[in-house]
Order: sequence, then structure tokens, then C-alpha cells
Amino acid sequence: MSTAATAYNFAYLDEQTKRMIRRAILKAIAIPGHQVPFASREMPMPYGWGTGGVQVTAAVIGPDDILKVIDQGADDTTNAVAIRDFFARTAGVETTTRTEDATVIQTRHRIPEKPLRDNQILVFQVPIPEPLRFLEPRETETRKMHALEEYGIMHVKLYEDIARHGHIATTYAYPALVDGRYVMDPSPIPKFDNPKLNGSDALMLFGAGREQRIYAIPPHTPVKSLDFDDHPFEVQRFDEPCALCGSSGVYLDEIVTDDRGGRMFVCSDSDHCEERRGDVPAGA
Amino acid sequence: MYVAVKGGEQAIGNAHRLLAHERRGDRSVPDITLAQIAGQLALAVDRVMAEGSLYDRDLAALAVKQARGDLIEAIFLIRAYRTTLPRFGVSEPVDTAAMQIRRRISATFKDLPGGQLLGPTFDYTHRLLEPELAGANDPPPPQAGASTGNSTGGATGESTGAPVPRVTDLLGAEGLVEPDPEADPGRATRDLTREPLDFPADRDLRLQALARGDEGFLLALGYSTQRGYARSHPFVGEIRFGEVEVEVFAEELGFAVAIGRVSLTECQMVNQFKGSAKAPPQFTRGYGLVFGQSERKAMSMALVDRSLRWRELGEEQTAPAQDEEFVLSHADNVRATGFVEHLKLPHYVDFQAELELVRRMRGEAADNARDDQGRSRDDHDRSGVDQRPSSDDQTPSGPSREAAE
Repeated sequence: MSTAATAYNFAYLDEQTKRMIRRAILKAIAIPGHQVPFASREMPMPYGWGTGGVQVTAAVIGPDDILKVIDQGADDTTNAVAIRDFFARTAGVETTTRTEDATVIQTRHRIPEKPLRDNQILVFQVPIPEPLRFLEPRETETRKMHALEEYGIMHVKLYEDIARHGHIATTYAYPALVDGRYVMDPSPIPKFDNPKLNGSDALMLFGAGREQRIYAIPPHTPVKSLDFDDHPFEVQRFDEPCALCGSSGVYLDEIVTDDRGGRMFVCSDSDHCEERRGDVPAGA
Repeated sequence: MYVAVKGGEQAIGNAHRLLAHERRGDRSVPDITLAQIAGQLALAVDRVMAEGSLYDRDLAALAVKQARGDLIEAIFLIRAYRTTLPRFGVSEPVDTAAMQIRRRISATFKDLPGGQLLGPTFDYTHRLLEPELAGANDPPPPQAGASTGNSTGGATGESTGAPVPRVTDLLGAEGLVEPDPEADPGRATRDLTREPLDFPADRDLRLQALARGDEGFLLALGYSTQRGYARSHPFVGEIRFGEVEVEVFAEELGFAVAIGRVSLTECQMVNQFKGSAKAPPQFTRGYGLVFGQSERKAMSMALVDRSLRWRELGEEQTAPAQDEEFVLSHADNVRATGFVEHLKLPHYVDFQAELELVRRMRGEAADNARDDQGRSRDDHDRSGVDQRPSSDDQTPSGPSREAAE
């Protein structure tokens, strides 16, 4: 397996391309929440399957990094396995499933439960980077709206939710205001994870390959989920703790256990759950 | 009873092994060779080269084989390989007027300098299945020397090699058709594969995006313009297919040197233009250029190119095929298939979030319904037993009716 990979540069991308991506990342860090266009490359995995995140990871990862890849919070979901294997082959980096040990974490749809530290980078895979896209499909228009800080339609949308349903009907990819300036799409993480974006110690990078955009939340940046004074932002709450480790206050997956309505709720963050259950040997 | 997706790594490995087995098919049948694919499924290979944006018949044949004949998958394989290749530079513009013609037709002139040359075409074949093709089949060789390339009788795909002037140049001499746009020497041609697409996109970027765009998507859009969605009154000025030389300017030598040949299909669509305050009436053009032989793609591309030029020509925008952002954002089938198929990936985190919301909203709806029902029962109790509703009163309205729904 490793012999097949030797024909490629470290972490697959050539150095020119990595430099181009790093320039975009630096710009993104300098303007928190602003979507920076970049010349996304075709990757050996399909668009929509994490090509943006993979390119960002390839641009920031070094030989000494330890990589963790999660999808839906879990390390063992098929796409996470495929991406982890890709970097193990093309970069030869050490990989881990332990949040604590990782220096670079690529994620799809979750932020780990364990608070991240200042020596960690969280790389998000982003399908649609534009928070205004489903209100205004045209890129030419949405860029103007960002430039003019014209976010009225987003507030109108949230208000209409409240008028129609009694509460805001956005449960994931919940829009947030970064550093008081740009409204961003935090990628389809459940809104449960939105508070973890605020003032994080870790650098958060967002890569959208198909849409050719990179954006960032630098460490310690204020990130506020959009809401109203009389309808403050709330996260999902679960009635019962994890059926496996007993955690409460974490995000749970619902597992259908039989065809007679049987259900159980378990941690979405598989590393958190395993650590709580104590069945991970230290340093594994 | 927790049965989450454990052992993903092994499952993936096994799935790919099974895929390789299925790809091989019946092992008592000889393995298909790349030469067979490149030679006998040449148009599939052409499409993979065109939309993969990489001119290499052998690699395209390999991709078709590896993809089990799924051409979009093959295009994806080629693209993913292409992006790893270094970019040495930009060729000189290829001169399609100097093309070694294998096929050339015009729908606007019965005869013209250089002649009509049918070449290898499905046109005018009767679409009847040929059972003899099912067995070993050796068709007679093409008639040698039947075509001199200057009459309507030409068919064999051999031309004299003399340059065949392009129809648009013939019309251009009279000023009836808009001239080829002049390249601005101070402005480098942009490269769609090396910089992000932004809007409004200039014609160089638009044509690049269309050239690698999905044949089916462009076909449908081009078709829509014929059916009245931004009608452009097109005529096929000319379609030509053949080989052109690719030249690169060598700094060390001070002149351009030929580095190889590629097969191209070029379509010059000639369209009506009423003229404007600034320009007298003249024919305008839509342009299509595709690797290999694909007239369907080249013609569709030319139709869409023309309809995207509405702004430049002072026309009204009324239809999807004119909408640059819509067309260019969705023409790429590798992107499209990736994003459509990504729905196969697990989404249980987001689905869980939606489940929770829908359950909560259904719970609230049920509570409201119960409240309403309670209220209507109270109303009924207050109305007394002696006021039995007559049939006239049984109109389907009121809170109790809503609660029942």
C-alpha cells in the first residue's frame, strides 16, 4: 500500500498547491468568518465527500502531526476511515482516535465533546459555505450582502420560523456571527455544537472543495449564534443519558434496536464514549 | 444490542475486492484490453478525454475499464489524475483552419470551398440493430480515394490535406458574421483549473467550463434554447472533425514547435442578430470545441455559448440557458455527481437534530389539538341539550372540526 503512495508528494498535493491553499487560509484567519475563494483541486475522492477539508488538512499537516478524522462524531464511520487511511498512506502521519492526542482533527458534522486546546486545529468539511445560499441562490448577490453586512433576510427567515412554528426551525448548520462582522455557516454541525465555536482555544478551519471556499475562526474569537432577545438561542437537550457510558449533556445518536419501536440513545462522539467507559487503553 | 458501523475499514476493503471481482465479469471470457476499448469504444474514450480535460487515449481507455463503463466515474478518475500533473505552460492557439479534416459539413451552404465531407458518422444510418455485429465481424475496408475533399460525395474521412477554409471566415469576408474576437495580448488567458471561478465570468472561462461540462446537461440546455427559452435562431455554419497540431512557443528557440496532434470537433453555430443602436444587423456566433469526435457536445456547447452572450449583445435575459451562474455552477458532472451522491454518507447527526425538532413540533401540535378539542367540548356543553344542531348547522368549520383533522 505504501509503495503505491510514494509517487505522490507528502500529503498528496504538490507544494505549489499547498502554498496556494495556505495563502487562502492565512487570509481567512485574518478576516474571521469571511469566505476566501481558492482554486480547489480535484481530489481522488468525490466532491461533497470532504475534498475541502482534505485539502485544508493536506496544507496544514506536517510529518510530526497526529491526525484524527471523525464523521458524525465517530472515528469508525466509513468516510472517516477512508480519509484517515488516505493521509496515513500519502503523508505517513500517525493517526489516532483520541481527541486528546490529536494535533489536527478533520471532522464532518460534529465538534468533539472534549474541549479543544490551543495546539490543536479543527478542520471542518463544508458542503455549502454560504449561510445565505438557501435564501439567495446567487453568489454575486450573497457576496454583495456580506460586503454590505446586509443580513436582514437571515433575521427575517428566523423570525418567520418563530411566527410559523413558535421557534427557530434550524437544527443544524445554524448561522452564527463571527467577531461581530460576518455571518457564517458552521457546516452542518448540530446547533448543539455551536457554543463550542465561541472563544475556542483551537484554530478552526473550514474547507469547501466543490464550492472553492475556505474560511476560519481564529482562536479566542467571539462567535454568536443568531437569535432574538425574546427567543434566545438554545441547544438540543436529551431526556436520557448515553445508554453506554451514562454521559449527559452530550450529543446523542438514536439507535433503532428492533422493529417494535425499540430505541436507545448513545454518544455521537465515539471517542468520548469509549473514554468514559474506560475501555480504551491509554496511548492506544 | 449496539450495532453501529464498526469495522468500517475491513468492510471497505472487502467491498473494493468485490468490486474488482465484478469488474472482471465472467472469468471464462477474455479480459477486455485497453486497445479494444480505445479502438472499438472510441467515442466513450473521446467523451472521457473531453470532460476529463486530458488528452490521452490510453489513460482514458484505462479509466473506462476501471470504471466498468461508467463514463462519469471514468471522467472523475481522469480529472483526479490530471490535477496531479505539472502545468508546463500554455500552447499557441490551435489553428482549426489548418485541421486535417476527417469530417466537415455545413448546413448553411450547399457547396463551398473544401467541400462537404461526411466522414465517419451515424447520420443517415438506419437505426436498426445489426445482428451480425454480435458475432465476429470484419466490415469491408473503406473505399479508398473516394473522397477528394472537394465534393459532396466525400465519405471516407480522407482529405487532400489542403487547408479547408472555415465557413465563418467565408462569411466574415463580407462582414455578415461577427469576426473572431481578438485576443488581448496584455491579458493572459485564465485557467479554470488553477483559479476559482467567479462571476461574471469572461468568455474564456465560460468556454472552458462548457468544454469540460457534462454533455447531457449542455444538451438539455441547448435544446431548451431551440424550444423558445432564449431562442437564438441557430444554423450550423460548420462542423469539422479532424486532427490539429498543438504548438508551444519555445523561448530558447524563439519560435513555436509542434509537440503533438489532437483530434477535435469544432462547431461554429451562426445565429441571427437584429442589430442594435451601435451595431448593424449581422450574424453572431456560438462556439463549440471538444476533444475527440462529439458533435452533440460541440453543438450543444455552441448553443449555450451563444445564449450566455446575451449581455454583450444587448439582449434580454429570460431563460435558464442564459443564466451564467446557473449554467456554469451546475455544468460540471464530477462536482454534481459527488454532491448528489454524498447523500449516501451518514447524516445521522443532522437527522437526529431534525427528529428532535419534528417530535417537539408534533408534540406541540397534539397539545394544541387537545386544548382546542377541550374548548369545543366546553362550548357544546354550554349550548345545552335542547339545542340539537339541525342538519343545516353541520357546516364543516369551527374548532372541533379542525381538531378532528
